[in-house]
Amino acid sequence: MGGGAALVASGRVPAWAQSSDPILAGRPLVRYPQKTDLILLTSRPPQLETPMTWFDRAITPNEAFFVRYHVFPIPTQVDLATWRLRIGGHVDRPLELSMDELKTRFPAAAVTAVNQCSGNSRGRFSPRVLGGQWGDGAMGSAEWVGCRLKDVLAAAGVRQGAVEVTFDGLDKPAFPSVPDLVKSLALARVLDDPNVIVAYQMNGAALPMLNGFPARLVVPGWYATYWVKNLSDITVVDKPFEQYWMKPAYRIPDNPCGCVEPGTAPKATVPINRMNVRSFLVSPAPGARLAAGRPVTLKGIAFDGGYGIREVEISDDGGSTWRRVSLGPDLGPYAFREWSAAWTPPRAGAARVMVRAFNRIGESQGTEPLWNPSGYLRNVIESVEYPVG
Amino acid sequence: MVTRVLLLALALVAAGAAGAEEITLPPDHPYGMLKPGPGSEVAQRNCVLCHSTDYIVRQPPGDAKQWDGVVTKMVKVFGAPVSDADAKTIVDYLARQYGK
Repeated sequence: MGGGAALVASGRVPAWAQSSDPILAGRPLVRYPQKTDLILLTSRPPQLETPMTWFDRAITPNEAFFVRYHVFPIPTQVDLATWRLRIGGHVDRPLELSMDELKTRFPAAAVTAVNQCSGNSRGRFSPRVLGGQWGDGAMGSAEWVGCRLKDVLAAAGVRQGAVEVTFDGLDKPAFPSVPDLVKSLALARVLDDPNVIVAYQMNGAALPMLNGFPARLVVPGWYATYWVKNLSDITVVDKPFEQYWMKPAYRIPDNPCGCVEPGTAPKATVPINRMNVRSFLVSPAPGARLAAGRPVTLKGIAFDGGYGIREVEISDDGGSTWRRVSLGPDLGPYAFREWSAAWTPPRAGAARVMVRAFNRIGESQGTEPLWNPSGYLRNVIESVEYPVG
Repeated sequence: MVTRVLLLALALVAAGAAGAEEITLPPDHPYGMLKPGPGSEVAQRNCVLCHSTDYIVRQPPGDAKQWDGVVTKMVKVFGAPVSDADAKTIVDYLARQYGK
């Protein structure tokens, strides 16, 4: 293979290549269609990570939003004149909806929500685990607009005995033996939640192709594996759907922490679901040189699985004492919550600032990382180091 | 004439922009190239049928047991058309080049 040299952004050595972060070190910045410079994880199918500098704000721009596909080839061309969203299976009236029909037959609904890969931060697991070795940038928060899934299902008429709904996109593996990415959700999960939408708009614009043009499922509070991109088929089923990407893939240990003793296998598993609490300090960037006694503004974001962030705290003494920071505007319980704090490095040497968040039901982050064999659910308290002169 | 053809092409692109999207993906990035060594060609030939080799080189280093598990998954779960002989060559190569 080869010929990708032109992709390395403008010939300069990207900061990521020199990063002291071993998960980012050596990974080039690349610019894909409709995207800005992102950190390459894999070329084919593409997986692109958002640089942490974008998380100093509550909304992640479309061009900076991470990309994660499962099978190749992926859709690179969609014509709305022929694209249809099919709703079928265990329904009274199967539908084939054009984009115009989606926009005119159903009221538009908006939700600002975090889309985070199940394996975000997998590269930080210890002992290490197989899978995409993401840093922390497989996440983003956007305002999604579309029609409510429950309205679409009502139009099709869900029949008695239905238990789940499956979602399939335009990405189809080259080999028929490779399992197609199809995901399912319990009917009760989607009928009860008016925020589950078929989104055709992202931050006020059409979705970038690599983020799911022309429509993707949005499941606020739940991991991105359910947010099927380039959506084409919604199928109501009367039996639990257990093909590869639901079982054995994307499962967590069946216990309250979703974790097991490091290096061991869980006895039973369930499909991954609601996101846990996380928070990040992103500005100043890790490793930035600061001056003792001179105040700086620390900034970052926090989020959870849909209860909303109640409080964010920082500590510069290894977690002995914590102090509350200021929260930015509340964009809803599913969104990134910006935070900021004035902080003065107390003395010369190495400073380490930890950040943790609490959601509205009191869930927070632990001091020790939890482990599971698939590298999901990381939410340990993260910290950033600064040399102070 | 050239200008006219160009203008027509631009008009078509503009017309299509309302209802159609098309992107072109770049080729596999060289950062994910496999290390040279016995078996690298066999690994390259088989693995790139479905994915770029950066999927391999960024994984945690592992012994033959780890890599045998990975190759077996590719064959048994994903149906990768890899012969038994090639599978063994690939496992040996990965354990040697990407071992602990």
